[in-house]
Amino acid sequence: MRHGKRLFIATFLVPPLVLYALFVVSPYVQVFQLATTDWGGLSPEAHFVGVDNLRRLFADHYVWNALRNNAILLVVMPVVTIVLGLFFASMLMVGGRRGRAGVRGVRGSAVYRLVYFFPQVLSVAIIGVLWKEMYAPNSGLINGALRAVGLGSLAHPWLGDPNLAFWCVLAVMVWSNVGFYVVLFGAGMQSIPRDIYEAALLDGAGRAATLARITLPLLWDTVQVAWVYLAIVALDGFALVQIITEGGPGLRTDVIGLRLYSTAFGEAKFGYASAIGVAMLFLTLSVAVLALRLTKRDRVEL
Amino acid sequence: MTTTDAPPPTAVGTSRPPADRTGDRPPRRDSGIVDAFSHVFLVAWAVLTTFPLLWAVVSSFKTDEQILTDPWGLPSALRWSNWVRAWNAAHIGTYFVNSVIVVAGSLTLTMLLGSMAAYVLARYRFRGNRVAYFLFVGGMMFPVFLALVPLFFVVKNLGLLGTLPGLMLVYTAYSLPFTVFFLTAVFRALPNSISEAALVDGCGHFGLFFRVMLPMARAGLLSVAIFNFLSHWNQYVLPIVLMQGQGAEQRWVLAQGLTGLAITEGYRGDYGALFAGMTIAMLPVLLAYVAFHRQVQSGLTAGQLK
Repeated sequence: MRHGKRLFIATFLVPPLVLYALFVVSPYVQVFQLATTDWGGLSPEAHFVGVDNLRRLFADHYVWNALRNNAILLVVMPVVTIVLGLFFASMLMVGGRRGRAGVRGVRGSAVYRLVYFFPQVLSVAIIGVLWKEMYAPNSGLINGALRAVGLGSLAHPWLGDPNLAFWCVLAVMVWSNVGFYVVLFGAGMQSIPRDIYEAALLDGAGRAATLARITLPLLWDTVQVAWVYLAIVALDGFALVQIITEGGPGLRTDVIGLRLYSTAFGEAKFGYASAIGVAMLFLTLSVAVLALRLTKRDRVEL
Repeated sequence: MTTTDAPPPTAVGTSRPPADRTGDRPPRRDSGIVDAFSHVFLVAWAVLTTFPLLWAVVSSFKTDEQILTDPWGLPSALRWSNWVRAWNAAHIGTYFVNSVIVVAGSLTLTMLLGSMAAYVLARYRFRGNRVAYFLFVGGMMFPVFLALVPLFFVVKNLGLLGTLPGLMLVYTAYSLPFTVFFLTAVFRALPNSISEAALVDGCGHFGLFFRVMLPMARAGLLSVAIFNFLSHWNQYVLPIVLMQGQGAEQRWVLAQGLTGLAITEGYRGDYGALFAGMTIAMLPVLLAYVAFHRQVQSGLTAGQLK
């Protein structure tokens, strides 16, 4: 029996561990070593250059340009997404108030939740291609709508305008994420006991007071998770940017992920690209820690 | 009873309708107006969400000329020929089949290996258990981006670059952290008494797992399976890095093929096929989602709250 158990544990644990070590652990370990070389990929020899890559990174204005865009994404995107998510979720969940039943969701809230979630199940590739067409100067739906309502003068080559392209991509990010947070916050709001709302209602609390004093504090853990997760999304942004604008016009929408990708697979500078990856890791970790710290507040126990 | 006449404390993103300020005495009778107010915003966002998707479907039936000159117009006829061109000439059919093959393989492998590892880690005590668990779970902390460059060479050195099995194995490996994390909790929550009874009755460890434990963990398995299905089907970064090289185009998956199509059709001017391709890529997932929306929503939100 004893041997049988050992054999069982080994047969169940070794295959997943081997696969995981090969494709996940080993690349994560190798990247730190690669980051200290000037490896070009094709040649077998890679020279150890130590922290040269890091020094180069700090002087690379392409990297700084991309980082600046990521920073703007990081500040704007999570806030807008969470605010919209909370807004719609509270409309859905505690919007309808009806007589003795106290607080309950608006009519048709299931349908709204169904529809809002659509972008979440679609591939980022579909969303990217779709919005690229939406923004198209002549054939796009947005300019078409503006012309249709007589605001043709506002029609723009959205993605071709260096001042607008970045915000257009940001809007797509918000568009594709809001629905998910409506559902997430909605589920959180549903688990808040009804009698708390009823008590607040009896005390004459209005809608805004209810949201700020009851819903938000009780939902804070979820908001915090959303914050960290959206921060990570904002630090990536690679797929949408690559599909919609390829970083243009004039690198105005470049992000650090795209920089890494084109440095590695466009210019074959694998050593340097690894250094960008390592820098990205530390950035992501510190932003996640910072986000948790900044949003820290006393947990409300029910 | 007029506390609400004081300026509301800083609320996030809500403005109250005037109607709400009047009848504050419960039970409320103003719900009709408030409801209508909520619905205006809710409908606006619903339209904003669905309209682009609907537009892609409608455009897939238009001629190129209609698409280019009249974005709001309706198609004069249902031109399925756009769909046929997208499926055949633009290779969306091939990409679709490739996606199905890859996801079928990677999802099966992920669920099998993930539940095996999670089960052993959850229910057996042995040396190294904690180490293995944290090794798996630690993988959730790192962005895939960090691994891209070395991963490319690992896959290349194994001769798996640009192949479907290579993609399956990589998808599986990167899904293990979350799958193991989630399923460990599921298996831990299963009652001990049943497994003890089964062992006393002469059931072996393998039999116990496949015949007793897996069926008992059904609900949890389904949530993870849905989560993994969507993340594999929608994966974009891994395929564009790993499906490179000679002849790899024939083995592209849907997400990657669609962006390729967006670029080439832009040159060729076949917009009908582009929108048809987009619709073909979009509809199966949306339909599956509508059919299983409850499970999908709970599966994905559970994934978020890891």
